[in-house]
Parts: sequence; structure tokens; C-alpha cells
Amino acid sequence: MVAGQAVRQKALLVCNIGYPSRELYAVYDRPENFYMLGSMGLASSIGLGLALASGRRVFVIDGDGSVLMNLGTLATIAHHAPSGYLLIILDNCSYGSTGCQLTCTAQKTDLVQMARAAGVEEVGQAATSEELRRSLDRSGVLVVRVEPGNAEVPIIPLSPLQIRDRFTSCLPTRTG
Amino acid sequence: MKVMDIKPPTPRQADSDGHSATFGQHPASPSHWIFMGMKDGGIDFAASVPCINLQELLTMVEADPEIRFVPVTREEEGVGICAGAFLGGLRPALLMQNSGLGNSINALASLDQLYGLPLLMIISHRGSSGEKISGQIPMGRLTAPLLDALGIPSWTPRPQQARSFVAHAAAAAWERGTLAAVLLDLDFWKGI
Repeated sequence: MVAGQAVRQKALLVCNIGYPSRELYAVYDRPENFYMLGSMGLASSIGLGLALASGRRVFVIDGDGSVLMNLGTLATIAHHAPSGYLLIILDNCSYGSTGCQLTCTAQKTDLVQMARAAGVEEVGQAATSEELRRSLDRSGVLVVRVEPGNAEVPIIPLSPLQIRDRFTSCLPTRTG
Repeated sequence: MKVMDIKPPTPRQADSDGHSATFGQHPASPSHWIFMGMKDGGIDFAASVPCINLQELLTMVEADPEIRFVPVTREEEGVGICAGAFLGGLRPALLMQNSGLGNSINALASLDQLYGLPLLMIISHRGSSGEKISGQIPMGRLTAPLLDALGIPSWTPRPQQARSFVAHAAAAAWERGTLAAVLLDLDFWKGI
């Protein structure tokens, strides 16, 4: 659904490392998808720099474990994110790509409250498909409660440079 | 490992290229030379984590309407934001203390180097000769070996060389799609 909305909104899509990227590639590959292969925790930051530089609509698909690794990103988003930026945190309360070890959101930590406390003005949450559908027109941070679990999907067959070059070819030619 | 196969530019006289060595009535400070090098190098996006020695430079960068400036909470976060800014068509620089180099290693390797994303790093090198704070010594000592281990070319200019070295480092990064670092030691900020 997120990928479909990204197409409809002509959005660039930055996707978190591990199964999220592999699943996105399997269900809806497009050149406007930037698949992370390393640097866990930085999906939201890459998307923020991209949104600031390009002025485009940008979706980021991130996870609870990755956001917990880079919590300062919520404060930076609060102060600098443009209106086209939407960070979608798929909160499955676990490190889904490494054996589903629990994260702190399984117990006491609430990423919705953390985003608000960081100063993000628009913070949404969704627990059903319909709530998610309605929320994808927004900006800011969207926390989506999902069940843990991964699809049986292969490793992305693209090289990092192919991912980069396909992605940048969707943007206007850089000047200078 | 010696990776710096790019020759440092010949230091030029302050006014040899027609640019004045003064800004208004004031002599150019070390920060001014860095800033002018960033402008010459086409930098139009900057992320930063502060260092006391970078404060004048950060003020200049923030005041420049041609540079999109994003203060970040941690250097690794800045690496991510700069990577996105490059993908989005801008020329980013990351301004930080060398302690932040340690905070950024994984991102520099598994984001910038993996995808071939260029980045100019302007690094205040604490723990260099004359350092008075003991806590700065360990990373001060490790900064050059870490850059070598990562295969990142670095330049350590004196103040009057800074403009051309920074512009050169930026050009090297863009041309090759690589990282480049300019190290500014404690003497640099004293104008030595």
C-alpha cells in the first residue's frame, strides 16, 4: 500500500535495510526506490537530506529498531523536515531481520510520544489498513503497528551502484 | 596504507588570484579561508555538529543563503543527511570534530563508500599538538590512522592554504564519488 501510494504521489521512497527493502523489491520495485544495504538507522536521515535537496515528496519506510538507533533524527526532523517528508515507522516491536529479538517498543517505549516530544508537529498512528491508507497523505512521522514476520524473499540482485544510478536518473540532472 | 595519490595544490598567495586577503576592513581569519574554499568547491549543503573551533565557520555557513544548513544531533546522522542531499542533487559538506569521525565510521563505509556517494568532511582535529584536554588525546591520535584505514584522502592546510586545499578536496570528492577530509589542527585555529 505504501509503495502504491508512492507511485500515485510520485514520491521518492527510501527503504530501511534488511527484509523491508527485500520485500519492497519483491512486491513493487521501481527506480525511485532507494534500497538501503548498510548503515542501519539512517533511512530517516537519508530521506530527510533527499527531501531538503530535491524538494520532492519523499516517503521513508523505517523500523522501530532502526529509529531507536538514531533517535536524534526525530529532533532534526521536527526542526528541518519540509512538508513533503513522511517518515513511516513500521513498529513490529522487534529486530525483524535478525531473529525477531524484542525492542523497547514491545514494552514501555512509545515512538508516537517520542516523536511528539521531539517537536514533530504532525505525528500519526495507524493500526489497520484503512488507517494507514488515510494517513499516507500526511507529512511528519507516522507510526504503524504491525505484526513481526518476514516474507520469503530473495536478496536484492542489484548492486549498490545500480541502485544509486537508477535512483538519481529519476531526478533532474545535477548542475555544476 | 597510503591512499593520497592526489597531490595537494600548490599553496597560493592570498591575492594571487584576484581575491582580497581581507574581508571588509578585517584580516581574513582561518575560518574565512575554509569558508571561501567551500564556496569555491561548490558546497551548497552543510550538516554539522559543533566544535568550539568551528563556531565562526558555522556562523558563516548558516548565514549564507546559498548553503542549506542543517545542524544535526550526531555526526553519523549527518552522514545520512548528506548522502540524501547528494542523491537529491546538492554538494554536501559535513562539519564536525574528529570525535565525530569515530561516531560515523559505519555510515561512511556502508553508505557513502558502498554506493559511491561523495562527501567533503571539514574536521576540527582536537587532540593534536598543544591539546590541553586529556579526553581529546585518544581520538586525536587515531584520526589519521582511521582515515587511512578507510582509504579517505586528507589534507592538513595552514591557514593561507586552506581555501585552495578545501576547494581541491571538494573537487576530488565530486570527480571520484569518494570521501575527502580536511583536518584542521589546533595550530590552524591560532593562525599558524
